[in-house]
Amino acid sequence: MSEVVLETRDLSRHFEGLAAVDGVSLSCRMSEVHAVIGPNGAGKSTLINLLSGDLRPSAGSVFLQGEDITGLSSQRISRLGVGRSYQRTNVFLPFTVFENCRLAAQSQLDTSMRFFRQALRYRAVSDAAMRVIEQVGLTRQADKPVETLSHGEQRQVEIAITLATAPSLLLLDEPLAGMGAEESVQIVELLRTLAIDHAILLVEHDMDAVFALANTLTVMVNGAVLESGEPQAVRSNRLVQFAYLGEHDFEPNRV
Amino acid sequence: MSTRARWIALFVGLTLLFAFPLIGDRFYVQFVSKILIMTIFAGSLNLLVGYTGLISLGHAAFFGFAGYILALYSPDTEAAGLLTSLLLSVGSAALLALLIGLLVLRTGGIFFIMATLAFAEMLFYLFHDTAIAGGSDGIYIYQRPVLMIGGWQPLDLANSAHFYYLALFFSLAAIACIHMLLRSPFGHVIVGIRVNEQRMRALGFDTYRYKLVCFVISGALAGLAGYLAASQFGVVNPETLGWHLSGSVLMMVILGGMGTLVGPVLGAFSLMMLEESFQSITKHWQLLTGAVIVLVALYLPRGFAGLLRKRADTDKLPPPGAGGSGTPAAAERPHV
Amino acid sequence: MDPYIFLIQLLNGVQYGLLLFLVASGLTLIFGIMGVINLAHGSFYMLGAYLAWSLTAQLGNFWLALLAGFVLSVVLGILLEWLFIRHLYRRDHLQQVLLTYGLILIFSELRSIVWGDDVHSVAVPTLLAGSIPLTETLAYPVYRVWLSIVCVVLAAGMYYLIQHTRLGMMVRAGASNREMTQSLGIDIGLLYRLVFAFGVALAAFAGMLAAPVSSVFPGMGNQVLIICFVVVVIGGIGSVKGAMAAALLIGLVDTFGKVVEFEISGFRVLPELAGMSVFVMMAIVLLWRPEGLFARRLR
Repeated sequence: MSEVVLETRDLSRHFEGLAAVDGVSLSCRMSEVHAVIGPNGAGKSTLINLLSGDLRPSAGSVFLQGEDITGLSSQRISRLGVGRSYQRTNVFLPFTVFENCRLAAQSQLDTSMRFFRQALRYRAVSDAAMRVIEQVGLTRQADKPVETLSHGEQRQVEIAITLATAPSLLLLDEPLAGMGAEESVQIVELLRTLAIDHAILLVEHDMDAVFALANTLTVMVNGAVLESGEPQAVRSNRLVQFAYLGEHDFEPNRV
Repeated sequence: MSTRARWIALFVGLTLLFAFPLIGDRFYVQFVSKILIMTIFAGSLNLLVGYTGLISLGHAAFFGFAGYILALYSPDTEAAGLLTSLLLSVGSAALLALLIGLLVLRTGGIFFIMATLAFAEMLFYLFHDTAIAGGSDGIYIYQRPVLMIGGWQPLDLANSAHFYYLALFFSLAAIACIHMLLRSPFGHVIVGIRVNEQRMRALGFDTYRYKLVCFVISGALAGLAGYLAASQFGVVNPETLGWHLSGSVLMMVILGGMGTLVGPVLGAFSLMMLEESFQSITKHWQLLTGAVIVLVALYLPRGFAGLLRKRADTDKLPPPGAGGSGTPAAAERPHV
Repeated sequence: MDPYIFLIQLLNGVQYGLLLFLVASGLTLIFGIMGVINLAHGSFYMLGAYLAWSLTAQLGNFWLALLAGFVLSVVLGILLEWLFIRHLYRRDHLQQVLLTYGLILIFSELRSIVWGDDVHSVAVPTLLAGSIPLTETLAYPVYRVWLSIVCVVLAAGMYYLIQHTRLGMMVRAGASNREMTQSLGIDIGLLYRLVFAFGVALAAFAGMLAAPVSSVFPGMGNQVLIICFVVVVIGGIGSVKGAMAAALLIGLVDTFGKVVEFEISGFRVLPELAGMSVFVMMAIVLLWRPEGLFARRLR
């Protein structure tokens, strides 16, 4: 088995007494796609926020490559090689696609406290930016401001800047939400390629994509883990079917 | 404006600025020197407000403090050396900016506005209420600083044309410096912070440190302006730290068009000339200034540069207010 | 310290703090509910004091002046909201800062045109002119006691209004969710207008109450605004409870800061630095709890 990249132990987060995430323990290995599914409000996004440092856990711990990173700030966690994408597109809307990715790639420099040379002269940074733009398939849109792009293309930018920081662990919060069918296929292919040398924690509502990609599947309900294991085994679990998968055409609002 | 029209405007503007002392009356040469100093001051604030998205209402603190340092350093009977006193003043302003920045940058949004104003007022009271530097009357600099290279004195600051060219030199140098900064990796980071600070953190940037460095650079440039102002008039008083000056310079930044390189220049020239003409009309000229400010806030939030700029030829760095997906006012509005 | 002097200073500190609370609570409510930072808030305090001075002279009666001044300030608040402030709700802080800064200049010049730039004083109304004797030589003015009581009553009324009435519920809902409030059929425009007018009236009323104990002078509005900013930064924004605690804290620190100066007047520098004490407190709060003492932690 490959090394464990991410591990959580009894991770919890309360909001005014309400447990949004309740004692979640899971792990994610190198080259593994660990999908987390569950109805809306199950705490999936909160879980990602706890892992990325956007939120501080109320209890429990998070380990990255064996190191305790519980409660570190998001910038520290990012610099340790964790990249996250957001469910609601969270990019630099007035900037071009290229500038979005270039700025994100600039975080690979040991420091950006560089005042004299032009940013565009840092070839390695620009090249890294162009690489991720190509990966998500936005080369033709590279010089357009993101705010002028379609919703689906903006979702691709979201993934591109997450990749541009060259993370080894990817935390993806519904990367396919709002994408057209064609783009979805392309991103699923991209994730499959990325999975070779990344650990990926994937929160996603698109069940076809989940079952196409996941090596491990965790079902969350009301902030807690209901079931976790091999995707096919989880799928056949009666409890899970009842709570969640029973509705074949998944509509989050009805659950 | 097209690129060509811009170059022509730049050329004409620079030619006029360089030739002005040859044709202008002494009073106007001094007045334009004063405006040039304000372009540096407004440019420094633009770095915070226009590019980094930090609204400081206490920027006069650094301007006035640098002037006070010059006044306190200058001996009564002989002139201070220009280079040493300049370094000392600007360095002190930078140090003050570091101290204040360490504190105020721990907050954001409206707190930042209030805290910058409060700390600047603290400094105002410090110099106003104590005998450190002449109290409310201020302190005189009897001898202008002197630049000596070997035994040669290339500049006489008491000569208004000489002073004019010194101010022009520093004004252009400051603009060039800001231009360089904005194109550097550092510049891209601070603009990214304005547009979406939360995402910058998620991308691994320690935004507090970048904002702090930007605050210090901005404070140092404001200090340069304050140094020049003090050596032009030979007097420093608590008003140079006051919030009316902070408000005026903020007005210059916005009137000209924040987040643009020429905005502060346009703003400094237009506001100073406007105020000068109001002062010739009535003793209660601030009533007119106030009305202009209100009208600008309501109808011209992007300033003059916003009027000139067409959507098609926007720079890569977008105008403020265009983005801001990160911290809308609503996000920091809490419960009652 | 002599216990009676201590008592007097304590009362003075509390009274100053309560007065600050009246001004700061308006500031914090207007920001908390409407999302508007109002730099001109101090101007209303100044206008209130000048109104008290000039109306007392015109009407010959402090109480009538207080009533007329209150009505005038409510009208002024409604007018200002309608003319300017309502255009700021969807704008960013910068435009709010700019516009309200412009208003400061306008109010300050209008005051100069109408009332001049002189310092004035307002006589304490005869009804409250007496003093409460503490010792043979020390006494405490009745007016100051009355002033504190009025402030406490107002604060309690405000607390009740916000926590227990339908209007207060609307205010709290408006603070947390503009769209939801609108969909509930609450006229948000009217609500905001009332909140703003209420805030203006509170500040002006504080100025009127303060007129007999402090002098009436041109810079008083800006002075109180700065201190209120310190109060809001320390207390946490939008929190009326925080504003109360911070205002009392500032009132006491400032008052006792000046007494300490008195006690160790052997030193030349220290007494002059007493005015710094409130800013030092703000610095400490920024270091320790940058979101303010009474705000929830965000992350």
